[in-house]
Amino acid sequence: MTTIEAPRSPARPPRSKGVNWEKWGWLYMRASGVLLVVLIFGHLIVNLVLGEGIKAVDFGFVAGKWADPFWRVWDGLMLWLALIHGGNGMRTIVNDYAHNRTINRTLKILILAAVVVLILLGTYTVTFFDPCPSGAPAHLLPDFCSTISK
Amino acid sequence: MPVEAADTLESTRSRPGGTLYRGREGMWSWVLHRITGVAIFFFLLVHILDSVVLGISPQAYNAVIGTYKNPIMGLGETALVAAIAFHALNGIRIILIDFWSKGAKYQRIMFWIVIVVWVVLMLGFAPIHLMNVFSEGSAS
Repeated sequence: MTTIEAPRSPARPPRSKGVNWEKWGWLYMRASGVLLVVLIFGHLIVNLVLGEGIKAVDFGFVAGKWADPFWRVWDGLMLWLALIHGGNGMRTIVNDYAHNRTINRTLKILILAAVVVLILLGTYTVTFFDPCPSGAPAHLLPDFCSTISK
Repeated sequence: MPVEAADTLESTRSRPGGTLYRGREGMWSWVLHRITGVAIFFFLLVHILDSVVLGISPQAYNAVIGTYKNPIMGLGETALVAAIAFHALNGIRIILIDFWSKGAKYQRIMFWIVIVVWVVLMLGFAPIHLMNVFSEGSAS
């Protein structure tokens, strides 16, 4: 006889005390999801739909956007929210399909490492980005660089 | 097996909107949500790495982002936006199922609303993007 498992069986039984991390993860997916819909649709409209779309995207385009802190915060929020949302989603999938304990743990460590490394690299880039690096050819830089005395 | 399956169906038949996750729209929306989610995650990894090149030099970044402008990548980007749009719309549907008192009852019709809105969004996006990608000359 085949018995059908209850859907969404947790990888581990729920903890009886302490913080219910699975509940907060569940809530995070929905809260970050709503914000990401706005952030990513805005990102796609500005970068791919308006003007010449992807053809216009280059160093000067991004430097022009990141001259305004508004877009740095926008992109930084997308970075954190999307990576943690995606990392947690991948963790859920690993828990659903990787039943071997070693493979399960290894995959989750790899996901965590990727998320942490990319959040650090991305946050560093968006925070300390210099739109007018010295020594770079002027035609590759946004127009306002020529008016700034370095 | 048939007896067990019938029992399982019977126990869920009285729920509003029937069973959410076995067969039909409920299951397929879940399958698509997973597939699109995994695809978006792997693109996100690459996309953050290409953005980190902004901190290296303008020449290096322009070389990397230049690869996004060829027609094959343009088709890939269209598929990526299709995946993102589905994941976003179906994500809103999931939130409504979880938090709206009538969400579970209307989950099936909401799936078809997701599909219709997704088609409309893609009919708006795909021609613009593909014309940008396949048109001659580059703005940069």
